[in-house]
Formats: sequence, C-alpha cells, structure tokens
Amino acid sequence: MEQSAGLVLLVDDEPQMRRFLRVTLQSQGYALIEAETGQEGLTQAATRNPDIILLDLGLPDIDGLDVVQRLREWSLIPIIVISAREQEQDKIRALDAGADDYLIKPFGAGELFARIRVALRHASFAQSGKAQSIFEADKLRVDLANRQVFLDGHEIHLTPLEYKLLNVLIKNAGKVVTHKHLMKEVWGAAYASQTQYLRVYMGMLRHKLEEDPARPRFFLNEPGVGYRFNVSGKE
Amino acid sequence: MNDQRPDPDILLDELRREAERGREGQLKIFFGAAPGVGKTYAMLEAARQKRAEGFDVVAGLVETHGRRETAALLEGMETIPRQSIEYRGAHLHEFDVDAALARNPAIILVDELAHTNVEGSRHKKRWQDIYELLGAGISVFTTVNVQHLESLNDVVAQITGVRVRETVPDFLLDRADEIELIDLPPEDLLQRLAEGKVYVAELAERALKNFFRKGNLLALRELALRRTAERVDAQMRDYRRIKGVEAVWPATERILVCVGPSPFALRLIRAAKRMASGLHAEWIAVTVEAPAKIQPTEHDIRKLAGHMQLAESLGAETVFLSGYKASEEILSFARSRNVTKIIIGKPTHPRWKDKLFGSMLDEIVRGSGEIDVHVISGDQPSAAVKAGAAAGTQPVPLRDWLISLAGIGICTGAGFLMFPHFALVDIAMVYILGVVVISSRTGSAASLLASILSVAAFDFFFVPPYFTFAVSDIKYIVTFVVMFIVAIITSRLTLRIRHHAQTARRREMRTAALYRLSKELVHEQTIEDLSGIASRHISEVFSRTVTVLVLDAQGHLGSSGGGEAPAFDDREMSVARWAFDHAQRAGAGTDTLPGASGLYLPLVAASRTVGVLGIMGEPGQKTLDPEQMHALENFAYQTAMAIERAYLAEEAQGAMLKAETESLRNTLLSSLSHDLRTPLATITGASTTLLQQDRILDRRSRLELIQTITEESERLNRLIRNVLDMTRIESGAISVNKEWQSFEEIVGTVLHRLSEKLKDRRLVTEIPADLPLVRFDPILIEQVLMNLFENALKYTPAGTLLELKASTHDDALMIELADRGPGIPPGEEERIFDKFMHGGAMQSGIGLGLAICRAIVHAHGGRIWAENRGDGGAIFRFTLPIGDPPPSIDMEKDSGAGG
Repeated sequence: MEQSAGLVLLVDDEPQMRRFLRVTLQSQGYALIEAETGQEGLTQAATRNPDIILLDLGLPDIDGLDVVQRLREWSLIPIIVISAREQEQDKIRALDAGADDYLIKPFGAGELFARIRVALRHASFAQSGKAQSIFEADKLRVDLANRQVFLDGHEIHLTPLEYKLLNVLIKNAGKVVTHKHLMKEVWGAAYASQTQYLRVYMGMLRHKLEEDPARPRFFLNEPGVGYRFNVSGKE
Repeated sequence: MNDQRPDPDILLDELRREAERGREGQLKIFFGAAPGVGKTYAMLEAARQKRAEGFDVVAGLVETHGRRETAALLEGMETIPRQSIEYRGAHLHEFDVDAALARNPAIILVDELAHTNVEGSRHKKRWQDIYELLGAGISVFTTVNVQHLESLNDVVAQITGVRVRETVPDFLLDRADEIELIDLPPEDLLQRLAEGKVYVAELAERALKNFFRKGNLLALRELALRRTAERVDAQMRDYRRIKGVEAVWPATERILVCVGPSPFALRLIRAAKRMASGLHAEWIAVTVEAPAKIQPTEHDIRKLAGHMQLAESLGAETVFLSGYKASEEILSFARSRNVTKIIIGKPTHPRWKDKLFGSMLDEIVRGSGEIDVHVISGDQPSAAVKAGAAAGTQPVPLRDWLISLAGIGICTGAGFLMFPHFALVDIAMVYILGVVVISSRTGSAASLLASILSVAAFDFFFVPPYFTFAVSDIKYIVTFVVMFIVAIITSRLTLRIRHHAQTARRREMRTAALYRLSKELVHEQTIEDLSGIASRHISEVFSRTVTVLVLDAQGHLGSSGGGEAPAFDDREMSVARWAFDHAQRAGAGTDTLPGASGLYLPLVAASRTVGVLGIMGEPGQKTLDPEQMHALENFAYQTAMAIERAYLAEEAQGAMLKAETESLRNTLLSSLSHDLRTPLATITGASTTLLQQDRILDRRSRLELIQTITEESERLNRLIRNVLDMTRIESGAISVNKEWQSFEEIVGTVLHRLSEKLKDRRLVTEIPADLPLVRFDPILIEQVLMNLFENALKYTPAGTLLELKASTHDDALMIELADRGPGIPPGEEERIFDKFMHGGAMQSGIGLGLAICRAIVHAHGGRIWAENRGDGGAIFRFTLPIGDPPPSIDMEKDSGAGG
C-alpha cells in the first residue's frame, strides 16, 4: 500500500471493463478494490477509505447518480464517473451531484490517468488546506496573492470579473466546471441562467491569454456542460 | 397447343372467387324432388358424420315434424334456441340469426331453405339468413325441394297444378359448394305418405292429393335429377374451361326480356332465365318508361320494381329505358347490346287498339331484323299499364278541371265572336285548338273532359237548333264523331309529348347533376370533402336528407362530414352496418329490414365496399321509383369510386412510405452490418495475432497491430455515435436547445478534439473577433462542424490545406469549410446530404455524417450546401440565422488599475 500511487475503488458491473481497468491501473502502480454493485461500492468506500473512486452510472442495483449523492453525504473522496451515457444532461447531473470528473466510455488509458492525477492533486490540496500563491501552466503564470497575470513574462491586464473567472477555473484546474457553478461563483446566483455573460467573458479571456483564440490551449470548452482549464497547456 | 392454355384472366377470376369463398362458409344443399324424401334425415346424418370428424356442428333450425328417426339423430346435438317474434299479437318462433352468428360454429344446420320469415325478422327470406351466415364464414347445411326453385316455379305449377309461393333464387343452387340429391323412387315415397311419415304443412288436403300423384312425383323427380345434372354439367364445364381443356365458345347469345308491371311479366322473366341457362347466355331485363304509361301509379311502380328485382336475383342485368316509342327504344337498345333474342309477352288487349294506336309487338317483330323474337303468353310490357293507370288513378287536382272548363268557355266565347263571320268548321277548329292547349296544361282526365265538353259545347251553342243538344241534321253526327276523335287523339299526342319532354328533362337534370357531382368529386382528395359533396348533390337531386357513412379508424361506421348529419339511432346504424357488411341495400323500400326509416345503399367500388349512403325520406314522401333508384345507384357508384380513389391514394402513400422506410432500413442494415463488421474484423484479427504470436512478433509489428486496434475502435465508436445521433434526430428525441453561444468557442472545441488528426494538416481559420453571439445548440452545432471536418479529413489527401471561415451575411452567420481535395462529383452536390450516400466507392462509413449535419442545420432554421471550388476542391457552407440581437450585457466599470 505504501508504494502504491493510490488506492482506487472501481465500481462497475462489467467484468470486461473491470479487467481492462485492473490491468491498466495496476501497471501504473495503483492498488485496486473492485465492486460490482452500487451497494457494494458504498460499503467498500466506507470500510476501505480509497483515495479515488471510479464509478459507472449504469449499475444493476442503484443508479450511479444516487451513489454519488450518498457518498457526498459523508465523504470528499474524489469521484470520477465513467459512463456510456453521453448526454450532456447526464454529465451535468453527475457533476452537480458532486462528482469531480466525467469520462465517457470508450476512453483511452492516457486520458484516464490524467484525470485521476488531477483529481488526486485537488484532493491533496484540499486536505493540506494550503492555498497556492503562484499558479503556473506552460507560459501562463498567475500570482494569486497579488492578483497578477503573466503570459510569457509579460503582465496581462484583466478586469476584476475576468480575473475572478480565471481564478475559479484555476482553482479547479483540470476539472470540468459547470456553467452554473461558474455563474454562481463569479456573478452570483441571480445570474445563473444568463450564460451569455460567460460566453463574452470567456471570449475575452481567450483573446487575452491564448495565442490563437480559435485553437485554445488553456480554456477548453465542454459544450453544454461547462469549461475546463487545461493544466498541461497542450492541445 | 397454345389454344388449349387456360385464359389467365379466367384463372385469376377463379382464384379470386376461390379466395373469397375461402373466407365464406361452405354451402351444402340437400336437394329433393318432393317433401318426404328424407332430406332432413340425410342432412342430420351428414352432420353427425362431420361431428364425428371433429367439426363444431350446431343445429340452427331442424324441423323433425315429430318423426322419431329424425329426432333421434338430433339428440345430443347442440341446438340454437329459436327467437320469439311478436306478430299481430301472436308469438311466433323463428330462426335466430344473431344467436347463430354469436355462437359461430364451423357448421350449422338450417332446414327449409325456401322458408319465408315471419314479418319483423331481419330478412324476408330464410335464404337471406343463410347468406349472412355464409358471409360470416360459417358453413351451412340446408334442405330444399325442387318446386321451390324460382326458375322452375311455373313448370312445377303446370305439372302439379299447385302454385308454390315460397321460392328461392336459382343462384343459391349455383352458389352451393355441394349439392346432394336425395332421391327416393315415387313408389317408396307414396308408401311413406300412406304410412303418415310425410309432413306437408303448406298444402291443403285436396292439393295434397293432387300433388302426390305418381305422375307428378315422376315429373318432379325428373326435374330434380335434371337440375342436379345441369349443375354437375356446369361444374364440369367450368373445370374444363379453367384447365383449358376446351375452347370456350364465346357468349354469343344474349337475351332481352321486356318486363312490365303486369303479373304476366313474372312468367316472362322465368322463361328468359330458363332460356338463358339453357343457352349459357347473358340476359337483360328491360322496362321502358314510355309516354304511353301516363303517370304510372304507385302500385305499378312497386310491381315493376319487384319484377326487376326478381330478374336481378335470377342473374339478369336490369335496364330502365325511356323514350317516346317503347318498340323503338327496345330495338335500338337490343342492337346496341348485340342481343340475339327478344322475349316479349303475347298481347291480351283487343285487336282494334293495335289497329288504332299501333302494336308494339308488331313493331318489334317487323323491326327486329336478325334478332329472334319469342312471343310468350303474357302481356306487352306497357299495355297492361294503361288499364292499371286508369284503374288506379290519382285524384285529379281541381285546377285541371277548372282549366278544362275555362278553356272550353273561352273557345265558346271566341266561337260567338266568329259565328257571324266564319263557317262552323272553323269554330270546330277553335275547339280542337282549345283541347290541345288544355291537354298541354293538364292531365289525361281533364283533357278527356275537355274533348267531351268541346263537342258538347259545339253542339249546344253552334249547331242548329241552338241552345239544345238536339241535332237537326244527321250529318252533324259525323262532324261530332270526327271532332271527338281528333280531339282525343291530339290531346293524347300532346300529353305524350309533354310527358316525354318531362321525362327527358328529369333525366337530363339527373345526368347533369351526376356530371356535376363527378366533376366536383374529381377535385377533392379527402374523404370528408368527398362525402360532403356527394351528400349535398344527392340531397338536392332527390330532395331527401342524405348522409355518407364511412368507416372511421376504429372500424365503426360514422357520418363523415358534410351537411347536417341526422342523428342515427342504434337501430338505423345497425341497418346501415348490415348494408355495409353485405354490400346490399337495406332499410325502407327493400327486402332487408324494411322497417327502418332510412334507405341504406352500400357504396360498392371496384375492390370493396367503402361506405354506406343513408337516405332519409320525409314522412309521407313517395318511395323511390325504379328509375330513381337506378339513378341513385349511379350517384352512389360515383361516390363510391371517388371515395375508393381517396382510400387508394391514402394507401398508396402509406405503401410508398413503407417501401421507402423499408428500403432505408435495408440500406441501413446492410451498410451497418458492413461498417460494424469491418473494424470488428480488424480488431479481432489484430488482437488474436497479438495473443497467439506475441513472441514471434517484433516490437514494431506489435505496435502496428495495437495502433490498428485503437484506430478501428475509434472508427467503430464514431460510427455508433452517428447512428445513435441519426436515430435520435429522426425519432424526434433530440431537441434543439438554443442558447446564446460564441461560435469561436465551438470551433475551439472541435479543433481541440481533432487535434490529433489535424496534426499533419495545414489549417487556416478566419474568425472575426467581433463575431456576435448567436443562438444555437452548442452540442449539435459542434457535431455539425465535427462531421464536416471529419468528412473533409476523410475525402481529401493528407497534407492538403483546409480553410475555416466564419462571417456574417444578411442577418445570418455563415460558416465555410473549404478543402483542396478531389471535389464533389458533379450533380451530387445535393445528394451527398442524403442518408447512406458515400463520397466515393472506396470510402467506408455509413454516410450519415452529412445527413446529420443537414438535419441539425435545418432544425436551426439554417441552410447547408456544398459546391466545388473553381480552382479545385470543395467548399461546404452552412448558415445560422442571427435573429434578435443578444441581450445586452452590463459590462463592469473597468478601472484599468490592474494593468
């Protein structure tokens, strides 16, 4: 356990899927607990205290969304939903219910590892309770203490709202932040449905911070769901 | 050899008839020569046999007449209780058709085919009940004696001296699938009669003795045997014809029978039927509405209608002619139809009438030319009407009498004025003129009065001695007689011409109305409109309330739009339903359910019954005469054809839709199975190679195989996504969720997703920074852009340039994706957006991508199209309407201090 990269609880009723994930995860040094049903998953989560949970939504006993909600009643363990449900509403529901991320089946192993790493990092920040003062991603540097933004060493002027928006995205870097969440955090609950604000400000952020706003590297759009700040800065 | 081949039309016809028969029940008739031969007994034995074979046999109605042997056979057999019908205070028991239909056995026994039902039953005759059972798919065993056959009725009466009132139409015998002749030698029958084993209710004691004479029985037996043999013969002929064993002789003979309202006409009809069957000829029953029959009475009309119905039931075509001279009409009609024989009744009226008015028979015989004329004892079709007309006159309106009197008064006045200046002959002429004028205004009685009055007035006022009826000179008697005859003849002629003109006018009106109806029907497509037009026109012509009833989606008859629909109660509705189900008229004025207040004509079109025409007369209105009925049927036929056309159009559309869906589904299935299997085959192949030959393979080969698996999996995933999307779009499960969106953002997403594939491509994007927000569904538009890019990547060579451009044009956002590939085959620019279209033969993929794009863009109110670039390559464009400007945004007050 000490050597493992983390303890992963995998809740999925498909044996083929479990086999693939078992091999893949173990090859990367993760320890694995498997559960076939939602109920079993809840029990395992309570007794084994995993570092991260990979949860399928289509479970034989309880709906995956219910599992997310019940877990969130007592635990902050990061949850990545893996599901064949590709409708945006499903994603939003899972994220709003408290899931940290969402992966649509089929997905590549590289994508999975990236998401697991992001989720674990966020969890460790949350646990340590320490806030970063400097955020860096590729050529972008944000001095959180002084509210300064640098791109390629040059300071970029942001309006307060732009900065606020960037800040929320950075805090959740690597994770999808739903429109609703962003609107609430930046403009307040009263604006939750006025997503045109979000579009305009995201556009301004792109034009200020992206090399080619039409091919953004940092500010990735998840159509119908929200935005994700791409930490690696790679396409 | 070729001549011997069966005619395909005949075969088809027979097949169709057999198919229809297959749905109908089988009719087996136990046919006997006389009562008491043991038909019921034989029927019961056959029924027991069938029951033993496992058929569901029920006794519907069996008359045992107290015979023990017969009753014994009936024992243990399920019997349908008879229904009780109240008739004039008495309760009579009758066969219960509804109970039999409800019980729905395989075979039902119904004795006495020729029985006449008690008034108040559904049908007048039992054979109609049986027909209904057959129609419902129930097989029927029944019994009948030879003397009940319609066409043999006269012959039997001649042989035995007993007229049998209960008759059945001959076609029942032809309709029967099986006829079993129950034969008993006359000696044995007489023996049984002596033993009291024969029950004959319908014959009185004396008649009974007459009937059961050995000579009679022999003759009846012969008749029965011959009739059965004829049928066997006919079956054999049919068989030979169908199998092409012999050439069919064309139906060269065609018989025409002239029918009138006189009771002799029945004999003519039966004779014609016998002759027609003997010659295997078609036959036509004709009646002429000639001016001679001035104002036929209600009684005559009904008689005539009955005769024509009888002829129809015996298999004749019935035709109503009208014209000035009956003989001419008959002959010209006969010529037009290539009639070979005319059957006409012997005249019974005095010879002088013929001399005076001309003899119709004589005219027909003289004018017949190559047509044979058979004169049978009876009467001329129209002559008898005259007597009838005189006897059954309707009251002459007072107005006619007054016109008569006034007319003669005026003539007398004119006579007084002329008297001093003109000769007496001229005054007589004035009276004749007066009679002509009067008869052009009034009926026959009034013009007769005018004729008499004119002579009387002439005598009284102008023939010396004046002001008395006495005549001084004998020569005036001749003047009076001649004057009277001239007056009578001219008045008759005038009446004839007038009546003829009236008839012609009425017919013309109907024809014109029919023409108008058919003209209007042509322009309408929906059944509601057609029904409305039909009921309006028919109501106008027949001055009755007319409703068109058609089947609704649930299979119930209902009024289909058009005019004020009278509320049909359940009873009327059931009559209408009956008419529909049996494709026969029913209700008031017919044989079936005559108690109903409406008349119901089935709308029978070429292939089926499409509805019912309900005709409600006002109370006190005359029933329709045969000619009107005929016209009504024409209207009904027109309507039926129009409605059928509407149905057919509907069906054709449905069929086309189905065929289209079918072919789409087939294309989808075949390309789906191809497109799913190809990547699966690659994956299976590559992975099994890896599994089995891992050690032999070098690292590069292994990587290559793994790469293949990955790529093919992606392809499979894309394919499934497209199929799912298309299904969602087509099933309407997808909803366009429009929000204010930045197009640049969508481009970013797509390019990010495709970054791997776009690595080795040059891509130029030209998106103005000030592009307005547009309302669209981000996921769907992302899909459009994704599919367009994938399409471009698929069909253009690696390394070629792609250009993405967004701009605003006239209130619309236009997006262009241009490539430098081979372009689109000319003429395919539109078709590539159809489902299952591929850009090229060698490319794989179901070809849903562009179809999805089109569906999505259309759902946004935009347009998508493709064209070839002048300098090589293709360009795909789509537009999204910008619509209202986006809601204003309260921009923050930017202090600018941050910089």
